[in-house]
Amino acid sequence: MAAFYSFFVVLALVVLAWAGAGEAGWKGLFGIYIPYLALLVFLFGFLSKILNWAKTPVPFCIPTTGGQQKSLPWIKNNPWDNPYNTSGTVIRMALEVLTFRSLFRNTSVQLQQDGPKVGYNSAKWLWLFALMFHYSFLLILLRHLRLFTNPVPMPILKLEFFDSILQIGVPVLYQSDMIFVVAILFLFLRRVFDGKVNYISIMSDYFPLFLILAIALSGMWMRYIAKVDVIAVKELTMGLVTLHPVIPKDPIDISFYVHIFLVSVLFMYFPFSKLMHMGGVFLSPTRNMPNFSRRQMWVNPWNDPAIKPHSYAAYEDDFREKMIEAGLPVDKKA
Amino acid sequence: MAKYPPPEELIKINYSTPPTSWMDVPPEFKPGNFSYPGKPDILKYLGLPNPRVWSPTDDDWKLPENWKEIITEGFRERLEKYRSFKIFMDVCVRCGACADKCHFFIGGGDPKNMPVLRAELLRSIYRGDFTMAGKILGRLAGARKLEIDVVKEWFLYFYQCTECRRCSLFCPYGIDTAEITMMARELLTLVGCNINWILEPAANCNRTGNHLGIQPHAYKDMMEFLAEDIETVTGVKVNPSVNRKGAEILFITPSGDIFADPGIYTYMGYMILFEYLGIDYTWSTYASEGGNFGLFTSDTMMKKLNAKMYHEAKRLGVKWILGGECGHMWRVINQYMLTMNGPADFLETPVSPITGTKFDAAAGTKMLHITEFTADLIKNNKLKLDPYRNANFKVTYHDSCNTARGMGLLEEPRYVIKNVVPEFYEMPDNAIREQTFCCGGGAGLNNEEFTETRLRGGLPRGNAVKYVRDTHGVNTLACICAIDRATLPPLCNYWAPGVGVCGVHELVGNALILDGEKKRTMDLRQNPLPGFEDEEEE
Repeated sequence: MAAFYSFFVVLALVVLAWAGAGEAGWKGLFGIYIPYLALLVFLFGFLSKILNWAKTPVPFCIPTTGGQQKSLPWIKNNPWDNPYNTSGTVIRMALEVLTFRSLFRNTSVQLQQDGPKVGYNSAKWLWLFALMFHYSFLLILLRHLRLFTNPVPMPILKLEFFDSILQIGVPVLYQSDMIFVVAILFLFLRRVFDGKVNYISIMSDYFPLFLILAIALSGMWMRYIAKVDVIAVKELTMGLVTLHPVIPKDPIDISFYVHIFLVSVLFMYFPFSKLMHMGGVFLSPTRNMPNFSRRQMWVNPWNDPAIKPHSYAAYEDDFREKMIEAGLPVDKKA
Repeated sequence: MAKYPPPEELIKINYSTPPTSWMDVPPEFKPGNFSYPGKPDILKYLGLPNPRVWSPTDDDWKLPENWKEIITEGFRERLEKYRSFKIFMDVCVRCGACADKCHFFIGGGDPKNMPVLRAELLRSIYRGDFTMAGKILGRLAGARKLEIDVVKEWFLYFYQCTECRRCSLFCPYGIDTAEITMMARELLTLVGCNINWILEPAANCNRTGNHLGIQPHAYKDMMEFLAEDIETVTGVKVNPSVNRKGAEILFITPSGDIFADPGIYTYMGYMILFEYLGIDYTWSTYASEGGNFGLFTSDTMMKKLNAKMYHEAKRLGVKWILGGECGHMWRVINQYMLTMNGPADFLETPVSPITGTKFDAAAGTKMLHITEFTADLIKNNKLKLDPYRNANFKVTYHDSCNTARGMGLLEEPRYVIKNVVPEFYEMPDNAIREQTFCCGGGAGLNNEEFTETRLRGGLPRGNAVKYVRDTHGVNTLACICAIDRATLPPLCNYWAPGVGVCGVHELVGNALILDGEKKRTMDLRQNPLPGFEDEEEE
């Protein structure tokens, strides 16, 4: 159900842009005002969420330790999975963010009635497709910088060159586009066909998947099928960047307006959704803290010094006679 | 005594998910899947709200009239106090990597035991009460209203989580269900829904110094009793001191070990080791508990109970503290103690009086783990050991969740074990070290009425033990946790019959050659040592 709703919402968004920028002719709205609004909502929403997280205290030092602690000098410490200092923690975070290290550990449980035997198979598909999804997304995003820069920086041109190095079709096919779509489809099909994942999925899981898929497909449609006028598109995008927005005189295919509208929706949706894991992962206390709270004091800003133990004196008052009788030393004689 | 099905039946686990959405499946309480609620006099003693007689199977849980308000306010307060809580509520993408990492899910198949869904039980309320989308879109945005069934569901499933953190290891954002369970339990406690097996020990610990409620004179009696047993086995009389001011080291270990088999043998192992070394140390009856059931109740309870350790160390004027074998005790010491009750500037960084090693890892808390201490002794050849006195044990090692994933104490106990036993075998990789499985009784769930669910949760551990039993003939599961020593024997009996459970320092006590000891013909359990009568001839 959640998947159908999400699909129809995204479909409605497509139709909205199609009709709005086409029939109704609101090109300025879809090409200029909504993108600007989306950017503002994104920046403001993203920053306020991060600031809100950042100003919330971290009362305790609670890293999940994933390897040997640093204790005795002759016992080998695992500095990346159980870091004891900042540099180790930076490496742990880098591995987490850049290589999805925790996801790489993934296993899938298998119960064999005969035996019985509980087995754990390596399960790296999610890791692989998640990695493909995120990196191709990043590549595509970077490639788009050619529309927002003039002259286009060398690294961006290089990126484009390598991304289309297989030289398939005209205009040449970007490999990242293909990988991106395949990865999204995998993530979607997994959500539908893996019973456990299906059971936990809600609309906020399907909606971004469909939205991003629609962005990818509309982008590919413009490039490979509608073959939009890239010069005109760049005129519009450069206008946005230089704060002199214009709708170019040369007509741009309607698919472009659909694409940019969906991207705008994604930007506006981002700060209020699970997509904020992008920022959250950096602030997750079980990953971004070294395991050093036995070496040095981690301070809890709301620690309440008024909380005292049931004192020894009160304890002795309670049991003094029995203690004396048992020959245990006491502070105060009876 | 609760009744539960035999392994052949219990193993028929169905991992498929029902067609009904989880939000429409009401919680079902049946014997064996929940723990008994806190007794009113215990709640009163601890100053906790809403003491009353009630049962989870009742329709009316007798919550305070404004329970919704209390929970919503408590929720808000905790979101403001814990960044972890806020982030874990916000960033989960429901990728499902954690789904089959929980021992309760593996052994039971209830989808609400998938860590992600356990967290969604709270998250759905969070969305409804604290996010715009949830307020407007409701169920479409994964939100729901706080109803009485939600509280019941929380009580069922957050007391079916042992806070073992295995899921958090696999989560790409490090979302830690232990953290979420702690928050949920605090919220439940605000309206008077908690379990007696946690609160009674906490109350005991506050008054008598230990979970079991052993009073000082009785504690000393029990020690003397164990000392006599040591004399029977070794011929050497040990002389532990109690509550002695001016000692160099204060030793604190869980009280379970002075009271119950097989923990007592570990306790005897400590006494033998300290006698052998002749170090200047003392036990304390006031701080006679290493464990801390406050960890399973609330941060204030945890702090209050933990504060005794430094309070007593200061009173006795010791230089540093040595801590015994215990799981969650070490989570508290490693990750909470100094923050809650530090700085410990009246103590010194632990230095081994025998080897001179300075333990910088404990430079802040001034508290050292016994296996760190013993590993250092062995490495420096300070112990005369005869591993063949443990030849009747073929040993494997169970990492406690807390020392593994809340500390990283993995090699120290292994090093000690390998030096005191001739045969040691590891369980499969996915069931040890940082991936270790819970015994099923952590976080205060080691009670009688919960046995069936605990045995289910014990399946992954039990099955890994069975594997080494069948392939290597392993007959002994060593561990460094008092809860383990209570939980694992019935678990092994059920899933891997023939495997016994012991503490690491029980094995040390067996192997350690004391000065002036008599020829040993029995181990600490007073079982005969096979082949030892004619050892000379071999």
